[in-house]
Amino acid sequence: MAIEDDVLVVGGGLAGATAALAAAERDVRVRLVSHKQSTLRHASGLIDVLGYPPAGEGPLADPFPALADLPEGHPYERVGAEAVRDALAFFDGIAGDAYAGAHTDANALVPTHGGTVKPTARYPAATAAGLASDDRDALLVGFGTLPDFEAPLAAAHLEAAGVPFDARGVTVRFPGIERDDAKVTRYAHLLDRDEPVETAAGESTARAALAETVRPRLEGESRVGFPAILGDDSADAVRADLADRLGVDVFEIPMGPPSLPGLRLEDLLFDALADAGVRVTTGVPVVDYETGADGAGSSGPARIDRVTVDRNGSEVPHSADQYVLATGGLVGKGVESDRERVSEPVFDCHVPHPGDRYDWFVDDVFGDQPYARFGLPVDRDLRPLDADDALEFANLRAAGAVLGGYDFAAEKSGSGVSLATGYVAGRRAAEGCR
Amino acid sequence: MARDTEVLVLGGGSTGCGIARDLATRGLEVTLVERGTLTDGTTGRMHGLLHSGGRYAVSDQASATECIEENETLREIAGHCVEETGGLFVKRPEDSDDYFRAKLEGCRDCGIPARVRSGREAREIEPYLAEDVERAIEVPDGAVDPFRLCVANAVDAEAHGARIETHAEVIDLLREGDDVYGVEVRHGAGPGKRSDAAAGTTEEITAEYVVNATGAWAGQIGSMADLEIEVRPSKGVMTIMNVRQVDTVINRCRPKGDADIIVPHETTAILGTTDEEVADPDDYPEEQWEVEAMIDTLSELVPILAESRTIRSFWGVRPLYEPPGTGTQDPTDITRDFFLLDHADRDGVAGMSSIVGGKFTTYRAMAEEIADHVCEQLGVTASCSTADEPLPGSENLARLEAGMDDFGLRSPVARRSKQRLGSRANEVLATDEPNPVICQCEGVTRAEVRDAIEGSGADLNAVRIRTRASMGNCQGGFCCQNMAHELHPEYDEATVRAALDELVAERWKGQRHALWGEQLSQAMLNYALHATTMNRDRDPADATGDVEFAAFDGGGTRGVESRGDD
Repeated sequence: MAIEDDVLVVGGGLAGATAALAAAERDVRVRLVSHKQSTLRHASGLIDVLGYPPAGEGPLADPFPALADLPEGHPYERVGAEAVRDALAFFDGIAGDAYAGAHTDANALVPTHGGTVKPTARYPAATAAGLASDDRDALLVGFGTLPDFEAPLAAAHLEAAGVPFDARGVTVRFPGIERDDAKVTRYAHLLDRDEPVETAAGESTARAALAETVRPRLEGESRVGFPAILGDDSADAVRADLADRLGVDVFEIPMGPPSLPGLRLEDLLFDALADAGVRVTTGVPVVDYETGADGAGSSGPARIDRVTVDRNGSEVPHSADQYVLATGGLVGKGVESDRERVSEPVFDCHVPHPGDRYDWFVDDVFGDQPYARFGLPVDRDLRPLDADDALEFANLRAAGAVLGGYDFAAEKSGSGVSLATGYVAGRRAAEGCR
Repeated sequence: MARDTEVLVLGGGSTGCGIARDLATRGLEVTLVERGTLTDGTTGRMHGLLHSGGRYAVSDQASATECIEENETLREIAGHCVEETGGLFVKRPEDSDDYFRAKLEGCRDCGIPARVRSGREAREIEPYLAEDVERAIEVPDGAVDPFRLCVANAVDAEAHGARIETHAEVIDLLREGDDVYGVEVRHGAGPGKRSDAAAGTTEEITAEYVVNATGAWAGQIGSMADLEIEVRPSKGVMTIMNVRQVDTVINRCRPKGDADIIVPHETTAILGTTDEEVADPDDYPEEQWEVEAMIDTLSELVPILAESRTIRSFWGVRPLYEPPGTGTQDPTDITRDFFLLDHADRDGVAGMSSIVGGKFTTYRAMAEEIADHVCEQLGVTASCSTADEPLPGSENLARLEAGMDDFGLRSPVARRSKQRLGSRANEVLATDEPNPVICQCEGVTRAEVRDAIEGSGADLNAVRIRTRASMGNCQGGFCCQNMAHELHPEYDEATVRAALDELVAERWKGQRHALWGEQLSQAMLNYALHATTMNRDRDPADATGDVEFAAFDGGGTRGVESRGDD
């Protein structure tokens, strides 16, 4: 017997979790299965909606007017601008105080760990005091053992980017970090647990010692930025404690992988899934599927009857009325390739791509890269389309980076597309249940 | 007339650096100029094979004999650049038995230790060899890091007083009548190049004698003084795998052909190669069929290659030469021997010789012969010591493993650092500063990166070849940025940004030929990290216009009024 649900979401990243949460708002039974670690650990935790139009100037101060001008097939064009607003409101409801930016349509400009700024629509509360579109002077603090963030260089870079404040950077030793190759989670846990640490002045605790290290370096700045390692489970308390001790606002600069803001967002989403009663099974790849005999006959699209997941070597069937595919793009392996072709591995949905592999890229690394747009074409109901623009399946929708037709990296639109398409796919899936 | 230097060497490849070291250690005053980074030409674009000579044992026994002699010498003087992998010439059923016998006899004639292995024995040595490999000849091939070896020669030359000037492109040969007496160089020419001399400035460097060691570019240099040098540049592809499918050099035992060698190199395996004559060594097509041929043909020897991940491909140009009138059509038939062209004898123009042809394994012997010639011209009697004196990094290697600690590094990082640095490890790695790992794939720490910066300035590609940072699986996606961080504050922010852009562009160039499967996913991740997370693709600092910061969300404390309907 198959495990039966109304809606089965395949994929546990931002799009999959949003789809499952949106579906669970209706009176349906929802399950989410995921295979690998989601790519949120690679992600900055920022919720970008649209920072740059596909072929235009930016950064966009307001992403919403530009949504109307996107080319046909872009995921935002598929779902419509209102759905983007609805999805953001839905996210705001889930995230609560953990995220900011909902008070305005305008994008914020956030400092990046490379030193420049990027436009984003929602940002973690931990980043709120660090906006580059805020004109207060800032001290950036880096750590000698953390080579991913070079604070003096980042400060110089921010000034080259024209930020409306003075930025200064200092590099210090992180109290309590003994090994030069400590993982970022070690820094976070030291602060989370406020562990005892040895300092030159004697015994102290991690937060107090860090504040004492930074305090003498302040030269009147009213805010201090750190790489995003200020706590994991107790990040708010760590930040508040440091701010209290330093007497200035404290913020985090989003970092590359492994990214604590990305992991915190993942935790937030999985907590919400549990609260919403979504059944979650992780570590299980979908290895097969079957279409049902009760489809619309030979002329119509097939219906997916069940999928098979591999649970530690044993095959477990799952059946549902509606399915959402949110397995990610090339990075998340929802889109795969070999020397000959680009494919979608779970349902073998059509992925348009040039026949010649040397047309998958352009020579400029940051040029208009065709590979960045690889993914599924869908109808306005987010149902994948085959090479003849017919539905691949009657009861499958796709959301997030598995979709094609947009370059999230260039546009700074990744999280927004995942939210908007996840939200629409989840809601429509629930509505479509028989 | 007083000259700036006794000998001026043109070209910072293995030949040029080898000559500079040889002459400098004989006590001559040497200046070397290189238009890019050391090894930028052919040296940094080879497969890393330290020939046993087996490859030439049938076709060119003089070269084969010279190879085995130099192979043994380099193991002694450059131990930290050489990995003694051993090599196999493997025979498939369709390959000629006669050729196999000829190869074996040729090896023995040339003094190359050679031993026949059965197919089963060969597969015991290399388990991924194809089931139908029938027999193999085992020879002392090795793997050599051409970057490290070349740089070690340059460093030793500098230690003996030589001036090594990179990013200095020769724009003219100074010739008066029938006498060449120096060159004019342009410093830091070209986009994004950085050197200590002001970019764009020119300098005349005069010398008693000029050695043109520019390999495939020798013809271009010669033409500046109306000298005709008939180099026949020939391109070849090398495709890099993400892991070592083999730990032994695998050669196909047949007369000649494309795609017949696999060289284990550091953490990777390099597949080679093709052989196609090109008109311009700076501008030739890098073609898809060449990459496909590496994978398809070499998977006949090692089938797993067909399913394996390649991380990039690169091309090099061989500096082939043949005397005027030889008229060889197929570049694979052009001799691999080297030629010393004394332009006084040849063209009636005194003061310069050109070195063309030759191969990496015998660079030292070539350098010795050329240095002898230069000494003869200048009336110097000092003799060559390069076959006996170890290169920097290879002194007392036997004592190295026993005598050193791990510098507080995790043991895999410490081990690899020591392999790269050899006897310099102590001086480079012993630091009181935090020494985190900058490049995770290759295990390169801050101390090693900073040592490379000290040696090569703000050119991150030069740092890369000295350390291997950014040369692993992620192809720099995770570490290019961190390498750039180490340039600051010695170099200012704009210089750091330009250096980073140049490194990222270089890393991308080779990855284009590996964009499928895992490496396409990696490329997308790298793109996302650099564009999404860091916004390096649309950095306002690079843009001409100003961003109107006040139009953006100021965090609720100022800036845009809420226009929401909530």
